[in-house]
Amino acid sequence: MAQMTMIQAITHALDLELARDERVLVFGEDVGNNGGVFRATEGLQKKYGADRVFDTPLAESGIIGLANGLAIQGFRPVPEIQFFGFVFEAFDQIAGQLARTRYRSGGRYTAPVTIRSPFGGGVHTPEMHADSLEGLFVQTPGIKVVIPSNPYEAKGLLLAAIRDPDPVIFLEHMKLYRSFRQEVPEDDYTIPLGVANVVREGKDATVIAYGAMVGVAQKAAEQWSKEKGFEAEVIDLRTISPIDIDTIVKSIQKTNRAIVVQEAQRSAGAAAEIVAQINEQAIYHLEAPVLRATPPDTVYPFGMIEDEWLPTPQYVVDTLNKVMTL
Amino acid sequence: MSQAVAQYETPYVQILDENGNVTNPDLLPSLSDEQLRELMKRMVFTRIWDQRAIKLSRQGRLGFYAPVAGQEASMIGCEFATKKEDFLLPGYRDIPQCYFHGYPLHQLFLYSRGHQLGGKVPEGVNCMLPQIIIGAQIVQTPGVALAFKLRGEKRVAITFTGDGGTSQGDFYEGMNFAGAMNLPAVFFVQNNQYAISVPRELQTRAKTLAQKAVAAGIPGVQVDGMDVLAVYHVTHEAVERARAGEGPTMIEAVTFRYGPHTMSGDDPTRYRTKETQEEWERKDPLIRFRKYLESKGIWSESEEQAYIEEAKEIVNQALKQADEAEKMTVANLIDTMFAEPTQTLKRQRAEITGEGAN
Repeated sequence: MAQMTMIQAITHALDLELARDERVLVFGEDVGNNGGVFRATEGLQKKYGADRVFDTPLAESGIIGLANGLAIQGFRPVPEIQFFGFVFEAFDQIAGQLARTRYRSGGRYTAPVTIRSPFGGGVHTPEMHADSLEGLFVQTPGIKVVIPSNPYEAKGLLLAAIRDPDPVIFLEHMKLYRSFRQEVPEDDYTIPLGVANVVREGKDATVIAYGAMVGVAQKAAEQWSKEKGFEAEVIDLRTISPIDIDTIVKSIQKTNRAIVVQEAQRSAGAAAEIVAQINEQAIYHLEAPVLRATPPDTVYPFGMIEDEWLPTPQYVVDTLNKVMTL
Repeated sequence: MSQAVAQYETPYVQILDENGNVTNPDLLPSLSDEQLRELMKRMVFTRIWDQRAIKLSRQGRLGFYAPVAGQEASMIGCEFATKKEDFLLPGYRDIPQCYFHGYPLHQLFLYSRGHQLGGKVPEGVNCMLPQIIIGAQIVQTPGVALAFKLRGEKRVAITFTGDGGTSQGDFYEGMNFAGAMNLPAVFFVQNNQYAISVPRELQTRAKTLAQKAVAAGIPGVQVDGMDVLAVYHVTHEAVERARAGEGPTMIEAVTFRYGPHTMSGDDPTRYRTKETQEEWERKDPLIRFRKYLESKGIWSESEEQAYIEEAKEIVNQALKQADEAEKMTVANLIDTMFAEPTQTLKRQRAEITGEGAN
């Protein structure tokens, strides 16, 4: 066991998988010699050579296209998009190509590609670095979307993603990279994709969250318990496509109330899909409508105001109070 | 005062002129009479296939189809220069290359009709299914080529696009990746003069499309795309250079499509004149190659007639086979989204089939 930050856990997972499976290749802008702008691939080129861990020209479509070509030839590429806000440049290669490879070819070709990318707010980046764009890919059939909430989860989920026979987008919240350490076993373990995790048990309301919002939800739950004596059950979704609706429904059957906390702006994202699925499968267990604690439908804000825009524990508590009184 | 830090030339290659005369004897490929006849047969087949496909399309018996007449020399000449183990990344018009690389014709019919089996390229056939998004295959080509390089296989990835495709950012990105990584790749552009209706001169100020290779630091060559021997020659050089580890090449084949962009309502008389059409038809790839073969005494009209009948029969058989394909179901489509359907998809599948979930 070792104490690791999330970035260390990610490097460690890549290291394990490069060692275990020679089909795994890690590449992107600055990931080789420089070890990545966040050092996620630190030391890997030295250890595995420039054939397996390498720098590419600066072109996102080219990077994912490269991954696509390698994948149909039997490799397991793990490309990095340096910041997820740059993903628009590669949108066709992901949504139009990778995600459809198996389907278009009737299973003849597959695309076991794991796209890693940092994202997320609260670290005062320039524009187009912090946006939560995962909803675009929740709406894209054929690709899974995974967002870990801590170092332990990041390792197990990343190993599962790379081993998955289909494409996965693996989003790493920048604020979680170095904000805390956690015990991370050094041996090989995976956390299955598509299975949510109840991180705090409670009987009064269910709080559904993912990524950095899991921590916010947990803080809110503690505060709520202290202030009101209510106990919130907090679910870490881990995978937002597909959504583990069974775990959510099971919790709602107990609590009869739910909110979804999401860092992305409100409309038509993962939270909207969660609410829709709850509506389809658990509406008779609900005492109140399911509310969303999210920022408004604006573009990700300018650095000087982002802390006001992002959901806080207080905002989550306020939303919980609202759902209790409806 | 300034001085040139780099200078480039864009070669143009022609071997047979419009009348089938050899204009460049030094470049004549060393092909046997049988191979030369095979090139002719394939071009005849392609013309017959195209005529048949256009008819079927008008009858509603085919789905999406992009006519190829006029481009036979470009399509047949380049594929003939590849080996079976080389990997093709075609665009939607490149059906003849796919077919001669081993992609079964009935599946290409099915692809056109929108049947999933159409895209299920058989094992052992080194071809991607045709790409619809212009240029998307170009950035995938370096990936395929890198796979060959990493495995130490002497194989080449070759991709096809049109003049329109060279305006995409992906065109440059693909060439640039292949150049930067020194990969065994060939980028084959069929400049058929129009991106649907937009003429070549409105697409770029570059004098040639071949010179776009210069920016990626790789050789670019322009070839008479109506001359099957010239196309074979330049592609063979590019493919063998790539195979020898000497890096990628971009080829611009200057050609013309006689028909509409696709059979989905395009009317070429809206954007090109009768004179232009006739000017290009005088350069016809079949006429000039037929003259050349006849001058060598290895092709005759009666032989061509016999082969036309054979080609029609092959097309008919493939059509029959396509008609027999099993009907698709939405449930089957769900099953091909992932190796294992997700919880969400299992539930949606059950809704459709009426079977219980999980």
